[in-house]
Amino acid sequence: MTTHDDQGSTAHSPAILTVAGLSAHINGQQVVEQVDLEVPATGVTALLGRNGVGKTSTIKAIMGLIERSGTVTLAGQETEGLPTYKVARLGVGYVPEDREVFAGLTVAENLKIAERAGGGHHYDLVYDLFPELYERADQAAGTLSGGQQQMVALARALLNDNKVLLVDEPTKGLAPRLVSDVTAALAKAAELVPVLLVEQNLTVVRDVAQGAVVLSGGRTVHTGGALALLRDPETTQRYLGVSTGGAANPKEADA
Amino acid sequence: MSTVILLFATGLGLGAIYFLVASGLSLIYGLMGVLNFAHGVFLSLGAFLGWEVAQMIGSNTWAGFATSLVVGALAGAVFAAVTERFIVQRLYNRHIEQVLVTVGLALAAVALFDGIWGTDPEFIRGPQWLAQTTNIAGASIPNDVFVTISAALAVLLSIVLFLKKTRFGMVIRAGVENRSMVMALGIDVRTAFTLVFTIGGAAAGLGGVLASHYFGYVSPLLGQTLLLYAFIVTVIGGLGSLLGAAIASVLVALMQQFANFYLDGTGDFAVVVLLALVLLTKPSGLLGRRQV
Amino acid sequence: MTQVQSQEQVTTRSASKVGLLAPIVLIVVLALLPLLNVSVPGLLPGPTYTPGTLQLLALAMLMASLALSYHLLLGVAGLLSFGHALYFGAGVYGLGVVLEQWEIPLAPAMLVVFVGCVLLATALGAVSLRVTGIPFAMVTLAFAQAGSVLARRDPGALTGGEEGLSLNTGPVPDFLVSVSNTRNLYWLALVTVIVTYLVVRWVQSSRAGHVAEATRENELRVRVLGMSPYRVKLVIFVAAGSIAGAVGMVYLLLQSSAVPTVVSADFTISLLLMVVLGGVGSRWGAVAGAVIYTLLNQRLSTLASSDFVQGLPEIVQLPLSEPLFILGTLFVLVVLFLPGGIAGTTAALRTRYLNGRKTSEGE
Repeated sequence: MTTHDDQGSTAHSPAILTVAGLSAHINGQQVVEQVDLEVPATGVTALLGRNGVGKTSTIKAIMGLIERSGTVTLAGQETEGLPTYKVARLGVGYVPEDREVFAGLTVAENLKIAERAGGGHHYDLVYDLFPELYERADQAAGTLSGGQQQMVALARALLNDNKVLLVDEPTKGLAPRLVSDVTAALAKAAELVPVLLVEQNLTVVRDVAQGAVVLSGGRTVHTGGALALLRDPETTQRYLGVSTGGAANPKEADA
Repeated sequence: MSTVILLFATGLGLGAIYFLVASGLSLIYGLMGVLNFAHGVFLSLGAFLGWEVAQMIGSNTWAGFATSLVVGALAGAVFAAVTERFIVQRLYNRHIEQVLVTVGLALAAVALFDGIWGTDPEFIRGPQWLAQTTNIAGASIPNDVFVTISAALAVLLSIVLFLKKTRFGMVIRAGVENRSMVMALGIDVRTAFTLVFTIGGAAAGLGGVLASHYFGYVSPLLGQTLLLYAFIVTVIGGLGSLLGAAIASVLVALMQQFANFYLDGTGDFAVVVLLALVLLTKPSGLLGRRQV
Repeated sequence: MTQVQSQEQVTTRSASKVGLLAPIVLIVVLALLPLLNVSVPGLLPGPTYTPGTLQLLALAMLMASLALSYHLLLGVAGLLSFGHALYFGAGVYGLGVVLEQWEIPLAPAMLVVFVGCVLLATALGAVSLRVTGIPFAMVTLAFAQAGSVLARRDPGALTGGEEGLSLNTGPVPDFLVSVSNTRNLYWLALVTVIVTYLVVRWVQSSRAGHVAEATRENELRVRVLGMSPYRVKLVIFVAAGSIAGAVGMVYLLLQSSAVPTVVSADFTISLLLMVVLGGVGSRWGAVAGAVIYTLLNQRLSTLASSDFVQGLPEIVQLPLSEPLFILGTLFVLVVLFLPGGIAGTTAALRTRYLNGRKTSEGE
């Protein structure tokens, strides 16, 4: 546990992803009002908040999947007005909420389609982390279990040389054993590439995250260390709606 | 019995033509969410240019027929690619406006064809053999039916192989499922848009040449008439599903043929009733995955 | 910010003044036209008192009424229907068949047909609205096609097939029959368009209209509020279909025959063109689009056979000889470059004009 505090100090390293004054709309309705956050060049930064405060929308806005304004800077480059595919090509790996694997494509095809030109493809790493995917290469992804689909989704993001991963609720709806598998994979991934993680399960956050950003009503309301936040019962109660005297319960979240 | 076989064979031939139109429509809709009213125009242009070229080479020669098929497919493909690249793509993700421009384009193109080739149907002929019949179990089946069915099967097979075996095909399959995730993986999905339009246009142009032999004439409205049935076929088969389009094409065409013969020319109604039934029981169509 | 607000106030104030006066003046002028001798060369075929011109103007007003009903579907509820001609055709053919077969007086015949149109729109709307968006467009197209086939097939010798059905003038009051009474039909068409406009405005301001507009923007939110988007859309669909049926009956009186083209998909597409040209979502845009479309369609044919066009080299002459080529191209250009249509563009120009005046006053 103490190692986390040490890693927490990495938050001082220069940010790889900076979001400032972000707002976003879906069908003319404002879903993100004023989000500011920084993702340091190493480790996991957790994006927290109750359901419907705009966490997923923030991730989608960074990817350019929904209409947005404000600045999003990736490794010093402003991504304003870039179409989604160009944002991805700058080196952003996206693991969406609900996994969004291509159900009709095989596992191998799901990985192959994720291969980006102009860089290595780390099949060794992916199959090392998720040996099951190698065994099930020819199976249609739609027939996989939720946990296996999550592995495909993570593998798609880990396959390329990315500058940052955006991972949206990877443990949502998974059985406890699978939650720890995914958590382990996330921790491993975070050694290679910085991660911005949306997560409702505070145990997972405690295990992998160093920094934490808390949203409420589409706005950033708290930024700091993850552990410090989780140790602060008042803030967690107010913004996350859970009392965290000690361990948080693994919680089934629904969007 | 021989009547049943004849109706079955000609029904399959008609289904093959429906499929050549519906396959492209369904792929375009599945990937882009665009209902392409200009698809019938690709077909008519293919039919007209195919016929022009066939006449130059000799309309009753096999060389003329073969060239007309190639020219028809090319004409459809080029027209479709230009339509997508310069008109539809300008309205990226604005589905209603995209439908509207294809409506306007269809209107303008049909009027232009009227001006060039006249409004009356022009009766055409191909190699002698096409107009003859082959006897199968007592039924005299027109030979052009075999050619049409083979061509549709070849197109079906090529599209399936393309979708399964190439990276572009993979992108198209993935995009039909989830376009935004494809983009989020760093793929410029617009290339795939132009591609499905091109493929769909080629199939429709080829279908135009074959349809002109099946019906025995070309006219500016040939494509628009077939387009209506192709729409019904794609809804029944499930929007975006190639296999669904294939099955529904055959189903709709057979039903039409048999109802026209046995139920006093009520084929068109039978088709609309079938459509209503499918919508009431399974609004996403026979093989449709999701309601968009 | 304050400047923007004050401009809006200026706009609305002047708009409300114009909004009351202009329509009344327009209606009075239109009502007087058959009594006047006004010529608009190029636009109208002859002086305004002649039957030919009155017929064309009456047709334009009926098309405006139909476009208004289509505006309810597309502009208010956001429903892209390709089958609206079916309900119009039901009115045209329905009245034709009832007058021909039953020989009852005009008023009860119209009532019967109107009820029939309401029922037809309710039944088919209930099925079509099970799907939304583009599938809805396809399904409405298919139903209309069935209607078109029905009209062409001439079941039971009712519809007259391709030839169409002539109006049985027996039960029709004398003042609505014969060319010499075209001015009465013209006034009937004028009343039709005014009544339609008011009904459409009333539907839009009703609860169903508001909810339908909300549904178009955000279906989920409406559902959360505990309202059924399906039922609201059905109400709008039936209202639009019923209006179209009623207009169809007047159309039959004006044209004195029913032909299969009034049920065709092309007819619905021409309504779509009118509404989009005028500007989706604007009532007077729909009216303007319909009038311009009808006059253009008519006059472009005359232009095509004019000496001027016939004298042009073939490559230019060919497209110009096809009115629908020009209209189709115009339509594509409007969708691509003037998304607001006539209404949207006029509003934008007026705002720019007011802005310009504001700043020049300020300087």
